[in-house]
Parts: sequence; C-alpha cells; structure tokens
Amino acid sequence: MSSAVTTIAPPAELNLLADMTMATRNRWAMADLAGGTRLWRLAWALGWLDIRLRYRGSMLGPFWLTISTGVMVAALGVLYSTLFKIELRDYLPFLALSQVLWGFLAALVSEACTVFTDAEGVIRSVRMPFFVFSMRGLIRNAIVLGHNILVIVVVFGVFRMWPNVSSLMALPGLLLWAVDALALTLLLGGFCARFRDIQPIVNSIMQIAFFVTPVIWKPSQLSASGIAHLAFNPFYDLLEIVRGPILGSGLEVSTWLGAGIYSVILWAISWAFFVRARGRIAFWV
Amino acid sequence: MPSDALIEVKNLSVLFPLYHGSSRSLKKMVVAAASGRLAQDQQQRVVVRALTDINVRLNSGDRLGLVGSNGAGKTTLLRVLAGIYEPVLGSLRVRGSLNALLDPNLGMNMELTGRENILLRGLYNGLPRSALPRLEEDVAEFAELSDFLDLPVRIYSAGMVVRLGFALATAIKPQILLMDEWFLAGDAVFMEKARVRLEEMVRGADILVLSSHQNDIIRQWCSRVLWLDQGNVVAEGPSEEVLHRYMGTVPHHPVEALV
Repeated sequence: MSSAVTTIAPPAELNLLADMTMATRNRWAMADLAGGTRLWRLAWALGWLDIRLRYRGSMLGPFWLTISTGVMVAALGVLYSTLFKIELRDYLPFLALSQVLWGFLAALVSEACTVFTDAEGVIRSVRMPFFVFSMRGLIRNAIVLGHNILVIVVVFGVFRMWPNVSSLMALPGLLLWAVDALALTLLLGGFCARFRDIQPIVNSIMQIAFFVTPVIWKPSQLSASGIAHLAFNPFYDLLEIVRGPILGSGLEVSTWLGAGIYSVILWAISWAFFVRARGRIAFWV
Repeated sequence: MPSDALIEVKNLSVLFPLYHGSSRSLKKMVVAAASGRLAQDQQQRVVVRALTDINVRLNSGDRLGLVGSNGAGKTTLLRVLAGIYEPVLGSLRVRGSLNALLDPNLGMNMELTGRENILLRGLYNGLPRSALPRLEEDVAEFAELSDFLDLPVRIYSAGMVVRLGFALATAIKPQILLMDEWFLAGDAVFMEKARVRLEEMVRGADILVLSSHQNDIIRQWCSRVLWLDQGNVVAEGPSEEVLHRYMGTVPHHPVEALV
C-alpha cells in the first residue's frame, strides 16, 4: 500500500473567545485582511471562474458585454448629442468613457451585496478569510471593465483622440477605486447577508445616483450654482479622478481632496462594521 | 507520535438567531422601531440554543466520537471546532493544522474539468504552488479518472463525482481531522478502497473528531465518545461505556439496520 495521502495541510492556530475586546476584534479583522491577501491566487481564480461560468457556452464569451456596451454608447451618443445639441465628436468620447466607468461602479456596488451570500457553501464548510470574497468581487468586475475598455479604445480611435502623458494621472484614481471597492464589499456584503432587502434599496440608490451624476450629461451644462452642488455628490469626485485625466480636461486638487475624504469616510464606516460583524457573518449567510 | 496538537473548548455555547420573516428586512425593522415596536420584536426573535456549555479537551492521540440523534448539535460542534461558527459564549482554542470534512463537494465546480477542480482545491487550502503537482497526481490516481481528468465534471458519472470529491477531501493531511458522517457513505466497490485511504488519513491525524450514527464505526475508530442531546452533553467517557448507555436509549437505530 503506497502512501496515498501525501499533501500536508499548512499549520494553523486558533484562539477564539466569546467576549472579545475591541482590540482583539480589531486584530482578528486585520488577520482576516492579511490572510485573504495571502490567498490572492484563489481570489483571482474565483473571479475568472465567475466570468467563465456567466458566459459559458457563448462563443464570444465576455465580449458580449463589450458589444452591448458599444451598442448602448452608440445609440445614446447619437440621441443625446442631438438632444443636448453637442457635436458628436465632443460628446461621444465623453459618453463612452463615462458609461463604461459608471457601468463598472454600478455593477460593483450591486454585486458587493452578494459577495458573502454567494459563497454561503464555502463559508459554512471551511474557515476562510472573508476578504477573499471581497477580492473575488473586485477582480470579477475589473475583468468586465477590462473587456469594456475596448469600447473606449474604438471610440477614441474613431475620433483620433489619443491620451497623453497626463492621462496617467488616472492610474492613482483607479487604485483608489480598488481600495474603496474592497471596503464597500466588506460593508455591503455583511450588511446584505443580515438584511436581505438591502440589495434592491442599493440598486435604487444607484439608479438615482446615475441621473444626478454627470454620466450622460456634462458638468459644463450646469449653471454655476449647480456645479457648486456637485461637490456634495461623492460619485462625481470619484468618477472625475479617473475620467478627467483621460479626457484631458484636467483635474483640480479639490476633486482629489473630495474623493480622498469620501474614501476615508467609507473605510471608517466599513471597518467599524466589519470589526464587529466578522464573527457573525457565518451565522447570517 | 510527538505533537502538540490540541483542542480546548471551555464553557462554550452557540446560539442561533433564527432570522425569518420581518427580522430579515431592514425596512420592517426601521418601521417597527419608528412605531415603538422594536422591543417587542426583539423578544419575539427566535433563538435556538444549538450548543450549551460544552467542555472538551483533546490532546494529541485522542479520538473522539460524537453521538446523538439528528439535531443534537454534532455538526454544529464540528463547525465550531473548525472555526466556522465563532463561540457566542465561552472559548475555543485549537492548535495544529486542521481539515474539516463537512461538505463532500466543497468548492467543486461542475463546469470545470477534474484537473481544474484539483488545482482550485489546492488554492482553497492555501497550498504553495510547489505542492500542486503532487496533489494533482495523488487525486487523479485515486479517483481513477484517467482520460476524464481533462473533461468537465458535469459529464462524469455519479460514481466518478463521488470518487473525485472523496479523493479531494482526503488528499490533504491535517494534524486535526474533523469528519462528518456523510463521509462513510458511498458505493460498495469504491468503499473498500476508500476505507483504506480514510484509515490511513485517520491514523496519520493526531486528533480525530468523528460524528456518526454508525456505532460500530465509532467503536472501531474512537477511544472516547461525547453524547450530545439538544445541544447539551449527556455523557462523555470511554467509547464502550458511553455507547452502552446511548444504545440503551436508542433501541434499534435505523441507520445501523441499513449497514
């Protein structure tokens, strides 16, 4: 009889108390993040797997997304450039970029609600850092964004608009998006596991946010007082730190400042929630 | 076998809040709070005491069997020991690598090929990349998938899926092995081979906690038995002693009759 069992499980140690102090809870939450980060290859594999399964059996796979985004941008572009009386070559690149970026944001926020409930089977059969599922949600949506970038490239190519060096300023913006996305998945993932009617509420909020944020309309169409009010819209600042540099419309310090403040607030709320809720999520899913 | 594997459970209780109906709805909670009905709502929340005041200490070499009727809290206790449900009261200390065989198809995906499923399981267990080829070889050999290894699990026969699930679950050798009774089900031809592999894994583990309805399996593998009833410990001690008392209350066990 040969030794059939050959792979040794990695060593581990666990010390759980019912009445943990805040400091202990905080340490466990940190350990969750660290442990999840160490499993990044799992999160990556699961993120890709989600995409593969969503489009299994279709020949074009995730490029269906690209096509549907492309068709929508083309249709909206022609319609709204007429309605708004803006030159198509001014409007369409703006719309393509805005629509693709907003699509990413909206899907991410919506799917953040189900990152833990979707993984119910795994959560209830093995102890695993919850952060893995947060990363999975982010990676899945980043892959979709990657496919949709093709729409932007095509539109920019048609109108011969090539990004310059200052467009690279969009990269720190995307990085901030990733960091915020992880915070949001921890918060909404846990909260929606407890209260099952949150996701429809979140989707309604995102629908309203879509209309009050300059996604299909340009901020310049607003009056001066309207522009002043935009600062109160967190989505505007966050969208602008990525969109502004790519469109070459520049970026103001106040936009970055606003995005930074909103991100800090988001992380503070998410962290406060996750530190308390982490041990309960397994009971909720 | 010198090892410092340890499980220590002190005064542990687990309460399950049963979320149903309106307690699952934020809207209804807010409305209830606004109309001053929240206090009443909280009292109405049904809480199930899944485990009450459990004390267990297992050192290296201990083999504990869990017995009790359905719903006695055996699986919940295994989940607590695995660190899935964190204690609501009391404390839990576990030292040593741990593998909990709770779900036969953990993370297995029907659309992936056998080989991809093996790699995915390696990732779930946080194995280093260098350990993956060995894992793949071991599982593929045991599950006898040969040509099917690179085809989607979806087209496998039921027996092949069982073999793959079993091979995956038993491929990683822990110091502490937690096992639920589903593990001992399977088709007869496969059983003998599976039994050999499982026994090897059980022998290799420093601590075994096994939940089962089949008393002869408990007798064969466990030196101690913990008898649970509705989340309470009824008795704990040497296998024969506790099983004798347990059998007294459960005259003819249906599962035994099947085996």
